[in-house]
Amino acid sequence: MVTYYRLVFDDDRVFKALADSTRRHLLDRLFARDGRTLTELESGLEMTRFGVMKHLRLLEEAGLVVTRRSGREKLHFLNPVPIRLIHDRWIDKYRERRVSALASLKHELEKAK
Amino acid sequence: MTTATATAVVTTQVYRVYIKATPQAIWDAITTPDWAEKYGYASRVEYDLRPGGAYRGFANDAMRAHGAPDVIIVGEVLESDPPRKLVQTWHPMFDPSTAAEPATKLTWDLVPQQGGVTMLTVTHDVTGAPALARIVSGQDPNAGGGWSFVLSDLKTLLETGKAFAG
Repeated sequence: MVTYYRLVFDDDRVFKALADSTRRHLLDRLFARDGRTLTELESGLEMTRFGVMKHLRLLEEAGLVVTRRSGREKLHFLNPVPIRLIHDRWIDKYRERRVSALASLKHELEKAK
Repeated sequence: MTTATATAVVTTQVYRVYIKATPQAIWDAITTPDWAEKYGYASRVEYDLRPGGAYRGFANDAMRAHGAPDVIIVGEVLESDPPRKLVQTWHPMFDPSTAAEPATKLTWDLVPQQGGVTMLTVTHDVTGAPALARIVSGQDPNAGGGWSFVLSDLKTLLETGKAFAG
């Protein structure tokens, strides 16, 4: 059982989960088609079933993957919301600053002419 | 292929967010007209919260200026268990492509966690509605960020009292 309350404000888990090419590959595969079983996800990966399970568990603990039971199968779904939160918190902010930095650079250069 | 039947039919999208707020506060933000205008696409909603009750999502001023109809989403409440679970149909009329598709099914699950946190899971069954599936997953660059954007904004609003646009 995942201790959910620990996840709540924990960007570290999302960054750590994303800092691995196998896990990014798994997210890309879920992005291409959602709701896959472990068996589907492990096909084409040079890794043991146990290894893939371990990666999926880390993705689940970071909130990037949500699992649901469908009959006898456990399906894995990509949850893009944590990536959106990281984007809003860490990327948008700096992108705006960069844009305004470039704007003032242009202004300065044109003034100097 | 033996797996084809098991996978081809899955047309469900799942979105989950943890919000530092009570289930009741989140329930109100989802179902009451004034709250729903404050985040996401700023679309006012009306819910008749009983099985068979009507749901309507209204265009905001900017949408109307772009020629959107007054009612942009119609639906029916299938199950209402405040403040834990809401199941409804959801049929967007904002685009001819989505209006032509069948109604989809939306499930809101609110589960309290430790520390005053609520886990909100939105499960959107978009079976038979590929155009809508692209829009709500944020893959259509002209349609905003879809559910990720809406839920991220809802979290921001409830935790800070300010939405992105505010």
